[in-house]
Amino acid sequence: MTTDTGSATPLRILIADDNQTDRMILNAILTRQGHEVIMAEDGVQAVEAFEQQQPQMVLLDVLMPNMDGLEAARRIKAAAGEDLVPVIFLTSLSDAESLASCLEVGGDDFLSKPYNRVILRAKINAFLRMRDLHQSLQQERDRTDQRNRQMTREQALARRVFDNIADRGCLGAENIRFEASPMSIFNGDVLFASPKPSGGMHLFVGDFTGHGLPAAIGALPMSEIFYGMTAKGFAISDILREINRKLCNILPTGFFCCAAMVDLNLRSGHAEVWNGGLPTAWILRHDGTQDELRSRHLPLGILSAEHFSAACERHTMALGEHMLLATDGVIESANSGGELFGEERVTAAINQRSEPRGGFECLREAVHRFGEGVVSEDDITILDLAMVPESALNTVAHEVLPDTGAGPEQWRLQYDLEDRTLARFNPVPLLLHVCMDVPGLRLCSGDVYTIITELFTNALEHGVLRLPSGLKDSPSGFSRYYSERERLLGQLASGRVSITLAHKPHEDNAGGTLLVTVADSGPGFDPGASASSLDHERLSGRGIALVQTLCHDVRWNDAGNCVEAEYIWRAGQDPGRS
Amino acid sequence: MTVAAMSEHQHIDHDALAELRDVMEDEFVILVNTFLQDADDRLEQLRAGAASEDAEEVRKMAHSFKGSCINIGAPELAERCRTAEQRGRDGDLSDIDACISAIEAELGAVREALAHFRDQ
Repeated sequence: MTTDTGSATPLRILIADDNQTDRMILNAILTRQGHEVIMAEDGVQAVEAFEQQQPQMVLLDVLMPNMDGLEAARRIKAAAGEDLVPVIFLTSLSDAESLASCLEVGGDDFLSKPYNRVILRAKINAFLRMRDLHQSLQQERDRTDQRNRQMTREQALARRVFDNIADRGCLGAENIRFEASPMSIFNGDVLFASPKPSGGMHLFVGDFTGHGLPAAIGALPMSEIFYGMTAKGFAISDILREINRKLCNILPTGFFCCAAMVDLNLRSGHAEVWNGGLPTAWILRHDGTQDELRSRHLPLGILSAEHFSAACERHTMALGEHMLLATDGVIESANSGGELFGEERVTAAINQRSEPRGGFECLREAVHRFGEGVVSEDDITILDLAMVPESALNTVAHEVLPDTGAGPEQWRLQYDLEDRTLARFNPVPLLLHVCMDVPGLRLCSGDVYTIITELFTNALEHGVLRLPSGLKDSPSGFSRYYSERERLLGQLASGRVSITLAHKPHEDNAGGTLLVTVADSGPGFDPGASASSLDHERLSGRGIALVQTLCHDVRWNDAGNCVEAEYIWRAGQDPGRS
Repeated sequence: MTVAAMSEHQHIDHDALAELRDVMEDEFVILVNTFLQDADDRLEQLRAGAASEDAEEVRKMAHSFKGSCINIGAPELAERCRTAEQRGRDGDLSDIDACISAIEAELGAVREALAHFRDQ
């Protein structure tokens, strides 16, 4: 016979049996094995003892006076709740039906008479292992619950931070409509819109791989770059390169962002579009046709800076024509049968429109009808842009950053660009940034941007490259002008543009004068032969005429290769847009 | 081996009792005495149940008594209790008095054998 030594883990065990000798035997076996024993003589006593002393295991006789073992087991299991308290029935019952009813009320095992200490010990040890497993599962579940709650809290917090950054945009502008369905607290789609200092707007639609944290990691810096660089006057290609560089740095391998960016130029009536990995977008024409804007690039966050291309497609858009962009959540949205919406349905939906404006509603309704009663598994973002006259957007609130009031007020700066650098580098964002440090001048950033951009462009394109502006008069000439410009820039070996900025505040400190002087290395023109503004118009295009309306005075030198513009601004006024 | 010793073998299970003695140590004597005292009470209750023709009461009493007998190592007594329990379950108390008498006779033999084992 095996000798009985103390059990490794002492338990508190309840024995309920109306038979005194049976109780004595069980008590002796369990006590010798090191357990603490509580005894009850019937079901009522058993339930009471269980509630008061909380034993970890219960041995129950089936037939007992007052309350039988089945009822006692039911109550004990209910009182134990989530805790695993094994109930072992003590029985000499042998018919299957009686044994089954013991299991139905929650019994875990049987111990048949005569009691055998070896079997009893084996059963207790088996339950100890089960209890340990049960406890570690419960702890794991509690930890998971806690982690989930924490993650939800953190996502909500991240969402608030994100919204604080992203809300500064102009998504509420009258020419923008969008549909964005957040699938989780922090969805994988991003949608940005921001007015440019030069007028017009930048738009960005992105779809991150995954939801939640990966989207949150990328979306925050992406939004900062988009809004920050757009406000500083950077071009669409500069912004795309910077976002791509940033995402490459922060996103782990396998995470990236399918995106499309649009530079909507309201003044010239065209759009520059970059599509990397988003589904084909469309320009919806007045004549009922549509131009496809296919993905020409890999998504953002994949290619290193030297392999990344920010080349955009340039499309003219007439007033009232629309551009429609969507993330692949539209194509991949499923109906109740598991069927995907697909590209053909997208095209069919858009073709239902009776005018360019209708495309958005047609697509939106088709997707909703298709997925009725199905919980969306992906984020669906649809963006619609209309080409409108610039004046239609006056209601858009321009971003007003807090002015520290401590910036420089009186200064002079000369910035010379020569040769290859002149061909490759756009100095306007840098110079605009310097001007924006003047307290109060930020509110006039649109004017300052326009003046510097137009004077620099004029000096580079007409002065150094000697492009004839007459080309831009027709739509076909417009694109020829730009391809000629690219060609000449590529060949540019020598040349110089020199920009001088000087600012002095007014006596009353409620404004100031910004003097912008731009000189170029070109031969200039004969200012004597272009005394009328009509000649200027012919020579320099619409840009210079615009500068003349913004500035107090615009003067050329005799040689015609140096222009000086005097811009007078008053605090709190936005003269360029009234 | 004497005739008495042989009959003892039929009434009690010596191996089971030896293990019980091992488990109970000093309490073995108390256990045996408790069983015998208990058995008298149960026999009385069985008779009362039979007298009032309460088949359910007979079934419960016989079942519980049977359990004690199995545990204490009295297989023949347990078997006779099982017969009475079956009568109770069947609701057929026609020969219940004979059944109880058989239990009583066997209990006498078990008492004698246990006393002998206890005092060894």
